[in-house]
Amino acid sequence: MVENRPWLTFLAHFVLICGVVIVAFPVYIAFIASTHVPTALSSGRMPLLPGGELWNNVFEVLTKEQRGAAPFWLMSFNSLLMAVTITIGKVAISIISAFAIVYFRFPGRVLAFWLIFITLMLPVEVRIIPTFAVVANLGLLNTYAGLTIPLIASATATFLFRQFFMTIPDELMEAARVDGAGPIKFFRDILLPLSRTNIAALCVILFIYGWIQYLWPLLVTSDPKYYTLMMGVKRLAAAQEANPQWNLIMASVILAMLPPILVVIFMQRLFVKGLVETEK
Amino acid sequence: MDTKRTVFPSQGLPYLLVAPQLIITIIFFIWPAGQAVKSSFEREDPFGLSTSFVGLMHYGRLFEDPAYLASVGRTALFALAVTVISMGLALLLATAVNRLIRSGTTYSTLLLWPYAVSPVVAGILWWFIFNSSTGILPYMLEFFGVDWNHQLNGGQAMILIIIAASWKQISYNFLFFLAGLQSVPQSLNEAAAIDGAGPFKRFWTIVFPLISPTTFFLMIVNLNYTMFDTFGVIDATTAGGPNQATNTLVYKVYTDGYIGLNLGSSSAQSVILMLFVIVLTVIQFRYVERRVQY
Repeated sequence: MVENRPWLTFLAHFVLICGVVIVAFPVYIAFIASTHVPTALSSGRMPLLPGGELWNNVFEVLTKEQRGAAPFWLMSFNSLLMAVTITIGKVAISIISAFAIVYFRFPGRVLAFWLIFITLMLPVEVRIIPTFAVVANLGLLNTYAGLTIPLIASATATFLFRQFFMTIPDELMEAARVDGAGPIKFFRDILLPLSRTNIAALCVILFIYGWIQYLWPLLVTSDPKYYTLMMGVKRLAAAQEANPQWNLIMASVILAMLPPILVVIFMQRLFVKGLVETEK
Repeated sequence: MDTKRTVFPSQGLPYLLVAPQLIITIIFFIWPAGQAVKSSFEREDPFGLSTSFVGLMHYGRLFEDPAYLASVGRTALFALAVTVISMGLALLLATAVNRLIRSGTTYSTLLLWPYAVSPVVAGILWWFIFNSSTGILPYMLEFFGVDWNHQLNGGQAMILIIIAASWKQISYNFLFFLAGLQSVPQSLNEAAAIDGAGPFKRFWTIVFPLISPTTFFLMIVNLNYTMFDTFGVIDATTAGGPNQATNTLVYKVYTDGYIGLNLGSSSAQSVILMLFVIVLTVIQFRYVERRVQY
């Protein structure tokens, strides 16, 4: 700090406390709602302190089949499977394509790079119908493959690894070659161990990315067996427009939010690294 | 584009390595995008049996359609509001954290986690808070004589999605502003302080100009976010209503194409959005190159 100005420090604390309150407010309200019986919430004035119904509500949401949605344990499983598959898939295909682009010189290399780059410019949201048509033609609607494979291509992850490989000293690879290591051995024994932190940081970001997907599962699944949590929460909320059971909706919201939030809080260092590096 | 000084001899291996990425990219990105471009120039008969080339008809119709033009304006308003609100608050919070030495990390943790909340869930959270019969905010707003009902009032529906979308984006902007602020050399600040500049003057004449690359980068990212990633927020809260008041461009592609099955028009809208993303991406990357030198 340049100089000591107590009132500015006080102001900073004040601003931050306000900020934290604003940021936490909706989640606090959701948490409160998930701890009460439905009648406590429909009376018009919401209680501001938690009640004792949290476990009952969570238990009911998890096990009972809800209107318009699959049971939540199944949707949680689907979300988890989707997030993990996308994470592993993206990391795997990105790291090998970055390896090819940096450590080889082959005809079509620049073309490959640009084709991967173009995916940045084509988010799912702008090509909803034709992508749906492709997936339908391949018979992938209502399958786990359809949920995950189309989201696995990743320009940002490829760029991240390319960027990182470029910072690895050339001598390392030359030394490996002098010692007689082929490309696969070099990749497995030198590049992979060096990339460990980057892979971990990327996994954190991609897990969150996979977990919060909404539009894609909405398009490719119509069978409740394949619904993900995000869809389930939305359907639960929409199906109960007339007589909303807010306590159950909010219990499901809490369930859907918790895993990625825990990942951010407990892996904050990796999360920050991943987020900052993928945007470079 | 660079490779290493020495490379491995290439036979089939590099092709095998890039193949998975390229196959997925071509099948699920480039091919559908090409299809969108193609069907934006075609008209399909109601039974899907034949298609005929109609040139720019769909585009012409779009730009004469008041509903589409209104959606363009609405999207611009929405994007601008979310970008300004979430970036403004984030910069304020990042500046405050940057001032504190010991407690900064704790505050950061408490501000970062909404990044992990999905847009749908963010929408539902605020939908609940603003719900006209049970929500807590309409109840409080009644004391100020405001009758809140976003299911009937289009302006209020817009405010609702702006709040929900901004809320979710604050943590992302906060993180990047904080990183930007921490990279400002402390010596500049100290020199200015010795010359008698107060904290506010220092912020506006030294810190703010120095973080302008971050600000510019975040502007692009936020525009991208509000245009495309807020689909979930809108779908969960207003579904484009009431009376189209929150029907943004992306939501319109979805409703016209996936629900309304108007393929030609939806494809034309897709193509326009693609052009927009391409422009944003090019700007972003050109700027990144410049930042490397800076």
